[in-house]
Amino acid sequence: MVESRVDKQADEQVDVLIIGAGASGAAAAWNLAETKMRIVCLEQGEWMNPSDYPSTTRDFEARSFGEFSISPNNRGRITDYPINDDHSPIKIANFNGVGGGTILYAGHYPRFHPSDFRVRSLDGVADDWPIDYETLAPFYDQDDQITGVSGLVGDPAYPAHPPKNSLMPPLPLGRAGETVARGFNARGWHWWPSDSAIATQPYEGRDRCINLGACLSGCAQGAKASTDITYWPAAIRAGVELRTRCRVSAVTVDDNDRATGAIYFDADGVRKHIRAEVVVLAMNGVGTPRILLNSTSQRFPNGLANSSGLVGRNLMFHPYATISGVFEEAQDGYRGPIDCLWSQEFYETRDEHNFLRGYTFEMTRGRGAVITALGGMASGRIPWGAAHHDAYRALHNRITGMVAICEDLPEAHNTVTLDPHLKDSDGVPSPRIDYTLSENSRNMLDHAVARATDVLRAAGAVDVMSESPLAVGGWHLMGTARMGTDPETSVVNEWGRSHDVKNLFIVDGSVFVTSAGVNPTRTISALALYITDSMKQRLANLFD
Amino acid sequence: MNSENIISSDAPLSAVQQRMLRRVLQAMIPPSEVHQVPGADDPTIVAAILMAGAQQLPLLTPALDALHTYIETSNDSAGQDRPAESQDLAVEWFREQHPEIAGLLMALTIQCYYRDDRVMASLDMEPRPPFPQGYEVSDGDWSLLDPVRARGPIYRPTNNS
Repeated sequence: MVESRVDKQADEQVDVLIIGAGASGAAAAWNLAETKMRIVCLEQGEWMNPSDYPSTTRDFEARSFGEFSISPNNRGRITDYPINDDHSPIKIANFNGVGGGTILYAGHYPRFHPSDFRVRSLDGVADDWPIDYETLAPFYDQDDQITGVSGLVGDPAYPAHPPKNSLMPPLPLGRAGETVARGFNARGWHWWPSDSAIATQPYEGRDRCINLGACLSGCAQGAKASTDITYWPAAIRAGVELRTRCRVSAVTVDDNDRATGAIYFDADGVRKHIRAEVVVLAMNGVGTPRILLNSTSQRFPNGLANSSGLVGRNLMFHPYATISGVFEEAQDGYRGPIDCLWSQEFYETRDEHNFLRGYTFEMTRGRGAVITALGGMASGRIPWGAAHHDAYRALHNRITGMVAICEDLPEAHNTVTLDPHLKDSDGVPSPRIDYTLSENSRNMLDHAVARATDVLRAAGAVDVMSESPLAVGGWHLMGTARMGTDPETSVVNEWGRSHDVKNLFIVDGSVFVTSAGVNPTRTISALALYITDSMKQRLANLFD
Repeated sequence: MNSENIISSDAPLSAVQQRMLRRVLQAMIPPSEVHQVPGADDPTIVAAILMAGAQQLPLLTPALDALHTYIETSNDSAGQDRPAESQDLAVEWFREQHPEIAGLLMALTIQCYYRDDRVMASLDMEPRPPFPQGYEVSDGDWSLLDPVRARGPIYRPTNNS
């Protein structure tokens, strides 16, 4: 959208405009704050009040299906935008607010592996990243300090050098962790305590985890590191201004192909323009391509920064399978964080597999009373009628298991586009998701379900249930503005700057070249720190 | 949860609809003397369901009316005086003819039933929200890691690692 179409009467000028206050926007703001530039972040959501989180009320499980649902379409807050995901077997999960997706994430906090940056070289598929693990390692370390990562040093699934330190002891194994660990040991397969963004000791003003068991609907204790309580307080103290209820609709440009700022709607729906010398996009792998595609002009008729035609393409999720066992002995049930242990036995490509790349098993500990009943009745394990009670008690506190988080390979036909009909409450076009599960992913999911069943049976499960792919599992949104050195095959360069618009940067999961087989938040944060550090190193010639 | 503290809106359901609702709920989760729990048709739990499902009532009421019509036309109007098998037939009809409504009602019922004080007590759960007390989880036996450590590295090397 060119400036001439914008009412400039209310314009204000800042040095750096960051759009989005989630994991990447928070890290970018914190890292740029020391430049003493005037930095403003616009966030469409609001600050969260931990005392409002569901775990503070008796109906906490019910509320996790409503106002704290992971689906923006179910949640339907005024701060959300609807998403047309009817054409995808995996539905979008997100949260719009200060902290973004970290408000509702589990806190699983793995790093990528060195091999994840060399997928083309090692396995002949997808592409290599233009950076490597060693480049990112110091920024992982930096993020670990701000986030406060718990875990156990020495995981044999990661190289010893550069070291991956832990700042706090791991989360408790509990009964369920012991059960699953015995299953992996019986098979002779790898497992290790998960790296987690959940504090196990008091850390930087946050208290330790007290096993509320409701991580996925916000941590009332503040033990889980969401960026509203980690990066943002420090960034604001350092001078960054964060404005909530400001929904950006488009990035503006001038006739020299420079970004000039953004159009946004405030809480009252008033349309405004803010001018900026530098624009940083941090809206996640769906939100960022949405706004780029909505930023059309004569110079950029197909959307901003899109000369490659790749904005919105190569959408990657992590296809999930969930596999749970029923045990005769009591497990942890509703108690304790979801995070516990992981296995990367099948993380890498093997000749004997009918798929390339691999996946991580992440244990999911237990289930609440309501979730147990819902799952049991939906699957027919718990009937209506007099037999209900005994059937329920055979499952209550007796379920544990894991998810498989599978590497998704980039495919150009998996897209985020603008829906021609659906709009948000400010009239901004909503994203439409078109995604198909590849044969590689299907084979990987089948393998994971079979192997997890082996583990759970070996651990003593008397019944095993699974869902594959997990329909609600579209938490991780990646690849839709990929990073690379070639402007014809990528959207941003190797340090996050748009090839087409020299003062436009992207710091969120959109820039991922491949997805790896682990949760992306730690890598998103590290990338945001790396990209903003690259900006600081180049301040004198940032736009050359 | 205490029914005396629940303020319901003015007659969200007619008397007939309330009777039909209780009939379905009783068939879904009946009371149990063995486990010392009420049925889902318990007044306190019904009040909670109606409050939680206030927005869905317009979907629910036509299905309850249809159930009533079915019972009337099949000469089963005595309802609660009939043998249990006869009641089950009507509820089975309801589930078959209105599966989405039955599913919605099931979800609402479960969300309210399994947070009722009496039900939680029966399950050895404290009737309270998780926060602020939290829960205890045992640290676990970390010696289980010994065979994993003994096996050694499993990561895939690259040129740089």
